[in-house]
Parts: sequence; structure tokens; C-alpha cells
Amino acid sequence: MKNRWIALYVENQVGVLAKVSGLFSGKSYNLQSLTVGTTEDETVSRMTICVTSDDITFEQIKKQLNRMVEVIKVIDLTDMPIHMKEILFAKVKNCSVADKAELFQIAQVFQVEVSDIGTDSVLLECKMTERRNNELIDLLRSKFQQIEIVRGGGVAIESISTSCAGRSEYFRLSHQQKTT
Amino acid sequence: MAMDITGRKLFVKALLEEGVDTVFGYPGGMVTDILDELYKHEEIELVLPRHEQGLIHEAEGYAKATGNVGVCVVTSGPGATNVITGLADAHYDNIPLVCITGQVPLNLIGNDAFQEVDIVGMTRSITKYGVTVRDRRDLGKILKMAFHIAKTGKPGPVLIDLPKDIQTASGPGEYPKEVSIRGYKPNENVHVGQLKKGYKLLKAAKKPLFLVGGGINIARANEKMLRLVEQTKVPAVTTVMGKGAIPTDHPYYIGNSGMHGKYAANLAVGQCDVLFSIGTRFNDRITGDLNEFAPNAQIVHVDIDTAAISRNVVVDVPIVADANLALEKLLEWAEPQDTDEWLSRIREWDRENPLEMRRDKGMTPQMIMEQINEQFTEGVIVTDVGQHQMWAAQYIELNEKKQFITSGGLGTMGFGFPAAIGAKIGCPEKQVVCITGDGGMQMNLQELATAMTQGANVIVCILNNCYLGMVRQMQQLFYGKRYKATCLRRRKDCPNDCKGPNPSCPPYEPDFVKLAESYGAMGIRVMKEEEIAPAFEKAKEQKVPVFIEFMIAAEEIVLPMVKGGNPMTEMILK
Repeated sequence: MKNRWIALYVENQVGVLAKVSGLFSGKSYNLQSLTVGTTEDETVSRMTICVTSDDITFEQIKKQLNRMVEVIKVIDLTDMPIHMKEILFAKVKNCSVADKAELFQIAQVFQVEVSDIGTDSVLLECKMTERRNNELIDLLRSKFQQIEIVRGGGVAIESISTSCAGRSEYFRLSHQQKTT
Repeated sequence: MAMDITGRKLFVKALLEEGVDTVFGYPGGMVTDILDELYKHEEIELVLPRHEQGLIHEAEGYAKATGNVGVCVVTSGPGATNVITGLADAHYDNIPLVCITGQVPLNLIGNDAFQEVDIVGMTRSITKYGVTVRDRRDLGKILKMAFHIAKTGKPGPVLIDLPKDIQTASGPGEYPKEVSIRGYKPNENVHVGQLKKGYKLLKAAKKPLFLVGGGINIARANEKMLRLVEQTKVPAVTTVMGKGAIPTDHPYYIGNSGMHGKYAANLAVGQCDVLFSIGTRFNDRITGDLNEFAPNAQIVHVDIDTAAISRNVVVDVPIVADANLALEKLLEWAEPQDTDEWLSRIREWDRENPLEMRRDKGMTPQMIMEQINEQFTEGVIVTDVGQHQMWAAQYIELNEKKQFITSGGLGTMGFGFPAAIGAKIGCPEKQVVCITGDGGMQMNLQELATAMTQGANVIVCILNNCYLGMVRQMQQLFYGKRYKATCLRRRKDCPNDCKGPNPSCPPYEPDFVKLAESYGAMGIRVMKEEEIAPAFEKAKEQKVPVFIEFMIAAEEIVLPMVKGGNPMTEMILK
């Protein structure tokens, strides 16, 4: 079992998201995250899907997606150089002055934005890889009591240059470690 | 530029251009416009059933028997939900249907309007394609897509949800001649390299075997399959859905394999060294314990559906192709193989354990099947689901003049009778015989009125054992004869620990003979073997549908049987 990534081009129509997500529940495939948005062609949407599965099931998933009339193209990103980011908001509440200072430090090191602040709370806005986001969440959990997390799921695109292949490889390996 | 026309007019235009001459329709508030349009077109016959479930099974039977797309028109809400079982059945058995459901007007969708349901949402996983028409301008294209998708590639049901205001709105009058769908490109080639690899395996095999599935019947590639078997001299087994792919009396045909397959067929699968399978999805009823399935064989798998390959059984040579194309190519190469020894071993197994029922216990199902074989040398045999279905699958003889229609994948009780009516409507010149049980018969009994009004004079053989026999058989063998919920005679005052029929059993209801008569049909009850042939003789003369109720031994079981999940070679034989 390991994490795998699919980019899926679909018709931008009512019900297509339900059909795709319904496939995963109906056939007991393990869906980790699914994001969707329109592309440069407004009649086409692109989904980034992360699933946890073994090799045989993953082959089935790709075939099952392919046979849907509304699916235009299935791309297996698992072994491709890609750029992948996930948006994450972390709101830390009930902060003391010292807490706030620490949060600013954390934000600086993680290179994330402090996008809002109140008398006793701080909002961090992160656009990092899922793994980096996970690490940030772990750190915040260890330090603070009241945290609110909202995350959007990974969005990925194929790389242009090959030099970033190493980067994506690094992220992928970390995912495998996490799930094994 | 053609003039604008209403949606309902375009719908009928689409039917005419698709060559549809029969529509299975049930009225309701959201399809009145379509019906009104059909009123003006006598060239399209509208079949009115008595229940939408009956309707869709009739359309399935029609589509199976004629090879045409079955067209259904039902209303929104309950009309739509009543066809769900049939859609699932057609999806599983790959029957081309276009099902039009009426829908509340666009502005009411989502309001819990009267008779509103999200039928597209409900049927997403059991249709090949389904969509609500939300713009009148799209109607022509969507209808064209529906027919195209339903009948090409691996056929299946398509559902078009048609809001009432789309039916009445004016819009473009064109019905496209063809349609291109970027996400739907059915496979129209065969990978010659892969096929050659598969054929090489077959040719080198000492104990080769064809496993023939329903795909051959769907592709109507029967004649080619037969030629391939004859040219290679390789024996063949079929699945239930593949039955009839080659004539059952052919010397190289062994029989059905699977849960209630023939002893020799299952042993052949277990011992073959190359299993060349075409058009089967390796359903659990065929494979049993996957680890023990064809353990000595290299497997070649030809299927039109990529997703059917290496899903249940990991195969050695996958080939994605339409059966027709693959067979055409194979026939170019096929050479006779030395299979004499292998064949004689298979025949030996068949002699050891042939399909045979005892003949000393009164009228057995086998006797009825044998009479059907004798009385009907051509036509369509339709079955329901249950023990009778397995007996039919075991004993009914088929050839190019005889077709076998059954609900194989979904196993829908209540399928048989309406499907037979649909087959008869599609092929009025053919003799249509329905084989059903007393349980399944009562699941769509109301369709007798449809048969009467349509003049669909089918002969319905009801094998009455007063039980829901298939489940009772499991209770008999694996649950210590605790016949819970399977005795159809059982009344409130029956003892809880009843172990089977006894002299104090209450009478059976309904009286199928009187029931048939109450509709103006004919009913014949057959109690013993000598009455079987005369009953068929009489039935064939009638100009109305005929029920023949065969009172068979109550505790007859289907053998051989493989317990679910066990290896196919571990058969219960006695």
C-alpha cells in the first residue's frame, strides 16, 4: 500500500465530481484527497486525486476512471516530476504574548504567511507540500492547545524542467514512509 | 438551418432516425408531452406494461432478442425509481437500453417537488451514462450520445432525465447524424502482437481450453467462435451467460463451468494448461476460490473492457478487443491441435459424473427441460432466477436457431416473465418460452395483462416446488434444514421447526391455473411425467399466453454445487 497521484481531466458538468467520488466509495477505493477546478478550457475540469492502494487496485482505479464517459484523460503522476502544493490555514487560539512570538518564529522558518491576527489568536496561511503542511501541524499540535485546521488537498502539475524531479521524488518518498 | 421545434418533437424525431419502432412506456405527469407526441406517430408501437419494473425487463428482453436498443419512457419520481433494478440488471449483463425519465421542470429541481427524485444521482453507478438535460439546445446531441453509448463498445443502459419544460421548449430541430465524445472512444482495434502471443500459448498447450463468456453472445460472434473451436480442435466450456455461444451438442463443447457447472467442465478448467478466455469477467460464480482457479493454467483473456482484465484473475496475456475482431484474426492463424488425449480425458470425467437426475422420484426438472428441448427446436428461451435457471442452464440445448436469455450478473428475480414478453414483442414470429419458478413468477405477475394486451403469447413454464428453492437448497445443505422465509405455503400457525413438506402443509397459493384464466390466458397444471408432452402440445396451439405449472418434487436440489468461496473442483455431487 502506498500513496499515488492521479491527474484527471473531466467534463466540466453537473454530477461529474459525484460520479468520480462515487466510484471510490462504491468500489471501496481508499481516497486520500481530491481537488477539482476548471482549466484553461472552461469546459474541462482537472482533478488531482491522491489514493492509497496496492499496485493491482491502482491499475483498476485508473481503468475504472478511464471507462467513464465524462473522463477525458487519466494521468498517473506517481512517477512523474511534478509540482505539488496544498493550501492550509492554521488558526491558533488562546495565545499568550509569548505564544504569538513563537508563532511568528515558526512562520518565519516555515516561510508561511501570518495572514491575520487578533487579541489572542493568530492565523497562518501556508502553501506548501502536503508533507510540509503535516509537519507544521504536528509542531503546532505539540506546542498549542487550541488549533483550527483547514486544508484544501494537494494540487499538482507536471514539471517543465527536469531539475525539480529530485524535489518531487523527495516528497513522494516521504509519503511512502508515512503510510508504510 | 432547420426551424425550431419543441423538445418533444425532437425526441420523437430522434426515435425515428434511430429506427426505433417500439417504445416501452408508462405514463405519468412528467411524460404526458412525450406521450402526446407519440400519439401522432402510429409507426412507433408503445407497449404499456403494468409496472415500471416489468417495463424495463421487457425492454431488456426485447433488446436481447432483437439486438436493438430497448427504449423506455417512464415518469419522474416513482416511475423512475421503479426502473432502478432493471437498469442495474442491464448494466451488469450489458444490455443496450435508453431510458428516458420525465423530470419536474428545471426551476423545481431541488425543491422536493411532487414526484421529484434525483434519478441521475441514484443510478450513477448502474448506468453506462446518465445525465439531466438542462438546456434545450443540448437535447439533440444528448439523445444521439445516448443511443451511441448504449450500443457501442460494451453495451449498457443510458439514462436521460428530461425535465418537463425541456420537452415543451422550442429549440434547434436537428438530430445529429453522428456524435464525437472526447471521453468515450470504444476500442475498435485489436492488438495483433498480444493476440499472437495469446495464440502461441494456446498452440503450444497440451491441455488447452476455451472459456467462453457472454461477450460472444453480445457481439453475436457465435459462428466465428464455433469455427475457431472446430479449426483448433480445442474444447470449450462456457459461463452461464456464454451458454449457446457454440451449439451445446457440439463434440468439443463440454458444458457450463462454475458454481452449478458440469463436473467435467470444472475439472477441465482445473486441469487445463492454457485457458483461453473470451468475453468473461471471471465472476466469483465462475472462479470460486481465486487461489485455486485454473491453478495449472496460463490464462489468456480477451475482453472489450480494459477494466475487466486482471481484475479478479491476474492473467498472463491480456488482450483488449471486441470479440468479433479478435476471433477474425485468430481464425486467420488457427490450426488444428492434437487434443485427442485431452478430449478423451474430459469425456471420461463426463461419463464418471454426467448431468443426470434420478428418475424414480416422480417428475423431475430434468424431464421438463428435456421436453422443452424436444418441443422447441428453435426460438427464445428466457429464464428467471433461481433453481430453475440453473437447471435450464444445465439441460437446455442451444444452437444457432435458439437463444437463451437470463439474468446472469444481477440475478434479478422477476426478470424472466417480462423479459420473455419483451422478447416476444421484438420477435413475434419466434416461439418464446419462459422458464420460471413459483417465487420469481410472483415478482412480476402483473405483466400477464401486458402479455394479453400485446398479444405476446409466451409459454410460461412455472416450476413449482412451493419454495424459494435456491435459498432453501442452501438451508437444506448448510443450515440444518431450518427453512426460514423460504416456504411459500407457510402460514402463521405452522410449527417453527418444520423440516419440509408433510401431509399437514396448507394449500399453495395462488392457483396459477385460475390466475391465468382470470386474465383470459390459459393455465395447465402438470402433476406427472406423462402429462408434460401433452401440456406443451396443447400450449403451442393456443392464441393466448399459457402458464404451465409443473408440480415438481419440493426438495429437489441443483447439483453439482460448489459452496461459495470454495475451489471449483470441490463439487457436491450427491
